[in-house]
Amino acid sequence: MGKSKEDIYIDPEITWEDVENLSLATCNGAKVLLDVMAGEGVKVIFGYPGGSLLTLYDALLDSPIKHILPRHEQTAVHAADAYARVSGKVGVCMATSGPGAANMVTGIANAYMDSVPLVIITGQVPTNLLGSDSFQEVDITGMTLPITKHSYLVKDAQEIPRIVKEAFHIAGTGRPGPVLIDLPKNVMAAEVIDPHPPKLSLKSYKFFSKGNSGQIEEAAKALAQSKKPVVYTGGGVITSGAGLILRKLIEKVNIPVVTTLMGIGSVPTKHPNLLGMVGMHGTITANLAVNDCDLLIAVGVRFDDRVTSGLKHKFATQAKVIHIDIDPAEIGKVVRTHIPIVGDAKLVLEELFQKVVPPKINEWWEQLREWKKQYPLCYEQDGHLNPQTILEAMGKIGGKSAIVATDVGQHQMWAAQFYPVNNGRQFITSAGLGTMGFGFPAAIGAQIAKRDSLVFLVTGDGSFQMSIQELATTVQYQLPIKIVLMNNGVLGMVRQLQKMFYNERFCEIQLHANPDFIKVAEAYGVKGIRVENPEQVDAALKEAIDYPGPVLIDCKISPDEIVLPMLPPGKAITEILGGRE
Amino acid sequence: MMLHTLAVLVENNPGVLARVSGLFARRAYNIYSLTVCQTENPSLSLMTIVVEGDIQVIEQVTKQLHKLVVVHKVTNLTKEAVVDRELALIRVKVRTETRLEILQAVDIFRGRVVDMGKSNLTIELTGDEDKINAFVRTMRTYGIQELVRTGKIAIARSDN
Ligand SMILES: Cc1ncc(C[n+]2csc(CCOP(=O)(O)OP(=O)(O)O)c2C)c(N)n1
Repeated sequence: MGKSKEDIYIDPEITWEDVENLSLATCNGAKVLLDVMAGEGVKVIFGYPGGSLLTLYDALLDSPIKHILPRHEQTAVHAADAYARVSGKVGVCMATSGPGAANMVTGIANAYMDSVPLVIITGQVPTNLLGSDSFQEVDITGMTLPITKHSYLVKDAQEIPRIVKEAFHIAGTGRPGPVLIDLPKNVMAAEVIDPHPPKLSLKSYKFFSKGNSGQIEEAAKALAQSKKPVVYTGGGVITSGAGLILRKLIEKVNIPVVTTLMGIGSVPTKHPNLLGMVGMHGTITANLAVNDCDLLIAVGVRFDDRVTSGLKHKFATQAKVIHIDIDPAEIGKVVRTHIPIVGDAKLVLEELFQKVVPPKINEWWEQLREWKKQYPLCYEQDGHLNPQTILEAMGKIGGKSAIVATDVGQHQMWAAQFYPVNNGRQFITSAGLGTMGFGFPAAIGAQIAKRDSLVFLVTGDGSFQMSIQELATTVQYQLPIKIVLMNNGVLGMVRQLQKMFYNERFCEIQLHANPDFIKVAEAYGVKGIRVENPEQVDAALKEAIDYPGPVLIDCKISPDEIVLPMLPPGKAITEILGGRE
Repeated sequence: MMLHTLAVLVENNPGVLARVSGLFARRAYNIYSLTVCQTENPSLSLMTIVVEGDIQVIEQVTKQLHKLVVVHKVTNLTKEAVVDRELALIRVKVRTETRLEILQAVDIFRGRVVDMGKSNLTIELTGDEDKINAFVRTMRTYGIQELVRTGKIAIARSDN
């Protein structure tokens, strides 16, 4: 209103009206943001609008980028997270300033813990109001400092092209992670003179790709001399796309593998060299193997306490440790490493593959086979509807390319144990943070990344109710997700812990007022199928898969089911509970 | 537990100090002292951080610092031959009987009197940590009213 854009930029007396007018600038920050993102290959943004994002949503109308509107900002982050995990691309989400941004914090932490590449856009109050506790202002860069790989508070619209380009580079390279861009409302509205991003020049940001050849040579030598080697793989293998070369390597030298929860899919579940998941709810064989091995080849893992039982000094004590990771800070963080190799898992394994010769480990295999026979993953089929039965049937009926997203709790661990996963990027789970409510948004992100794939959600009645509102999203965007609800009427995992370690003194684990989930689903326009006994499982799954839209399968399971085996935190492998014949 | 002096070259931007100090807090590393100043290149700042920890801890601190996008370089000056200095300003109580003794001590330690009140003296002293500690101990007998120290700054000795 009589003010030039320049004036408004520096005038502390700026009014909202001025800002609104500015949004009509032809080449404003918001438009440039979207253009640069489109240039980075962004196809979809998961977001939720609000006052500080009005200019951006206005620009979105003219952008080729598709937008998905979930029913909560936390869903937007989780969905972008799963989109990234499934597609291998950087996920993008956005939310308005204040409550919108704050609602994303858990999702950002989740992505950070599992090293998922995300770019998060948050609206912010205009720069002249920053720091004045103005309406819907939170210091989101401050709040997310410890859970982002990097973040920007943009104060000058001219920097938008550079910052967006940098953000995608930082999020997606090296050890991936979330990068947050906080954009004040007036910055989004200001005109950008040169909308083209400059060439990247990030002097202080480096990462290694190729491993040190000398070290890889050492690793090959150690393997040749080893009598009891084990490969221990995690999310890094999947992120770097090293699954195939890993398989070739373990087959060439015939050595056993264990995976972490994040590593599920790095080796197909049915692969004969796979001993299963390691750690708290892993197989006894995998845990015994790691405990007993003389050479531990750790690839893309971080020796999480769910794997080591928090006993870093008692973990694989007889083993020489080779640790391959792209993040140098992970090496030596938890356990002593004898042969550190900093680099991209795929490149390092390719080079290692050329150099390895099969070790003589027949005796080791005999031992492993004996353990496998003695301690198979099993469950009691008692005529009731067992969760494990459902998961096995899903594997059989769903086929090899289905994607499974899980929530957090017992059902997650059963899925990790019993659902057969064929490949990386097909098992999507909140591992490092263990975020209840992640599953449903994750299934949405997965389905949007792979429109034609069959996507299952395995959830519990507790977790599902943390994101149940997203039934609307599945209907709005016609996402044919098959929701398998393990309905036990309780917070099962907490109940299990109270049962095993607190003398069955159950406290606040009953979900007394659970709704009729079928009716809830139907209210949203989602098909519901009830399953109460094992005989109904196959038919229900087939019916769900054949149905073109989203389906909720409500599976009534017993609250008394427990996840076994279990290696209690702080306990050695000899104290593992359950799972013996 | 040993003290290590790290010279951390960082971008000279708002929020950088929060990133660095936040990292120390979050990972439970103990900062003993920290100084920040601009460098010859105005786009870079130098943080001199004295950290407590064994070799493993210092190695982790260094690696974690390197992961911050704003950090350009981390040098552990503990292993190198360095010149390090601290500056202290000390306000000490003074009476007619003690004035001479205090001034003598200031002289011995090569300090300077920079301010004078009715019953106190303010002394400026530079030196390494030990020297300053020794002087502070001496002054305690007279009564220290106020004491400020900058924390350590350090520079590697030149090779030639
Ligand atoms: C956001 C969040 N809050 C609390 C927890 C702690 N927690 C872990 S598992 C669990 C119970 C999950 O219940 P449900 O989703 O019904 O799954 P079940 O264990 O019964 O299969 C709880 C409360 C968590 N992981 N995440």
